[in-house]
Amino acid sequence: MDTTPHFPIYMDYSATNPCDDRVVDAMVPWLRQHFGNPASRSHAWGWEAEAAVEKAREQVAALIGADPREIVWTSGATESNNLAIKGAAGFYKGKGKHIITVKTEHKAVLDTCRELERQGFEVSYLDVQADGLLDLAVFKAAIRPDTILASVMFVNNEIGVIQDIAAIGAICRAKGVVFHVDAAQATGRIDIDMSQLPVDLMSLTAHKTYGPKGIGALFVRRKPRVRIEAQMHGGGHERGMRSGTLPTHQIVGMGEAYRIARAEMATENQRIQALHQRMLNGLKDVEQVFINGHLEQRVPHNLNMSFNYVEGESLIMGIKGLAVSSGSACTSASLEPSYVLRALGRSDELAHSSLRMTIGRYTTEAEIDYAIETIKLNVAKLRDLSPLWEMFKDGIDISTIQWAAH
Amino acid sequence: MAYSEKVVDHYENPRNVGSFDKGDESVGTGMVGAPACGDVMKLQIRVNPETGIIEDARFKTYGCGSAIASSSLVTEWVKGKTLEQAAALKNSEIAEELALPPVKIHCSILAEDAIKAAVNDYRQKHKLASAH
Repeated sequence: MDTTPHFPIYMDYSATNPCDDRVVDAMVPWLRQHFGNPASRSHAWGWEAEAAVEKAREQVAALIGADPREIVWTSGATESNNLAIKGAAGFYKGKGKHIITVKTEHKAVLDTCRELERQGFEVSYLDVQADGLLDLAVFKAAIRPDTILASVMFVNNEIGVIQDIAAIGAICRAKGVVFHVDAAQATGRIDIDMSQLPVDLMSLTAHKTYGPKGIGALFVRRKPRVRIEAQMHGGGHERGMRSGTLPTHQIVGMGEAYRIARAEMATENQRIQALHQRMLNGLKDVEQVFINGHLEQRVPHNLNMSFNYVEGESLIMGIKGLAVSSGSACTSASLEPSYVLRALGRSDELAHSSLRMTIGRYTTEAEIDYAIETIKLNVAKLRDLSPLWEMFKDGIDISTIQWAAH
Repeated sequence: MAYSEKVVDHYENPRNVGSFDKGDESVGTGMVGAPACGDVMKLQIRVNPETGIIEDARFKTYGCGSAIASSSLVTEWVKGKTLEQAAALKNSEIAEELALPPVKIHCSILAEDAIKAAVNDYRQKHKLASAH
């Protein structure tokens, strides 16, 4: 099998989570002897598969305080975002053509909105504050008489900040705007209760909550009822909202992952909060270090820091015992640094100097301690190499220098 | 992205890191790039005024591993060269030596620019004609 032969310590839980062993064990029988199609109504193979799918639907609904009938299976959060945004825009386009979203959303939301602009919709992309949070007054002011839909993510994938979904939803309700929330990074990390939250559509995924990749769901509210146009047509599965044979094993895996999250998240998150604090304590005294995103209103799983005058990719190259990610342009195909950090108003150099460390269920104290040491060591080494650090130490303000762009 | 062995070697054991006194008559300094673009290179040469030969070089670089390696490599290459020879170094030679992928070619271009800037700085100090 062609997999990487060496395994750095995994601190990239916002990219994906390892699948919990209990999840894998729950899935396997549905790949082996229990292979039936849940849509087969005429024999026992289908009946047992359907029962497994419905049990998982209850488990997913239970984690977010929803009715199982409000859960529509999809292939993941990207598809859920597409289905929610295109589906609601299509259904409600007779009422208006204006959509509101935020500049720090995931590309699955931003690119879907771009596509709708191409189709004639108008989209407002709102700025966030320096702490990554949406200003409610700015949101309220952006709503127009023809606004039909708003989409705001629960937990940001890069900086981990938690938007005030209850307050934003209340504004949407008052104005009759359909409200979609991308909760891919939120499930199992924060409490979600759809019986209380004024949210109409919510995107969910399994693999950020220790489930398998390739399965997700869209919550579609029944009371008050929200309608969406299907984007995938076929056999009329999922009450016509998303056709396609249901992957029983994937669905069972997502159900089990969400069951575990519901049972264990209270204790697990306390442990992760302590690890977060340990990491923060270990790194906060490094000179010229900046935390990206609000310090309290964030999930403890995420620590996004900029080490000024050290370029992110070179830092990642140095801390090769850690699997982390960076907002540096050099880690992506483009030469632009992270659009999320830019939206916070971070300077380009601080965006280039960022490191995203995301931890989770299997992170240990020893791993945190190792991370602190290797980061400190490499930041110091790279600063010895950095002409910007030298200028900073000489008291030169680099923002006053005329740099030739290249 | 996987790095070539030579890039990793220069990154882990960078050659000729440091700074000369900018005001020294025998020193030429080139600073290229911009923090906003994620790359800044400072390259310095120390020239023997009698022979016109580069006797020593230093660099400091803010940038990715390939940018660090490109500048480390050129500090080795320029030693023992005349100003003309140093200014004639091509980014393609740097990119080839380090096996840089296409997305990292700009690092080698920056290193070439840094040498030219350092040579020009020395020539201006000594009222010599600039290289292009």
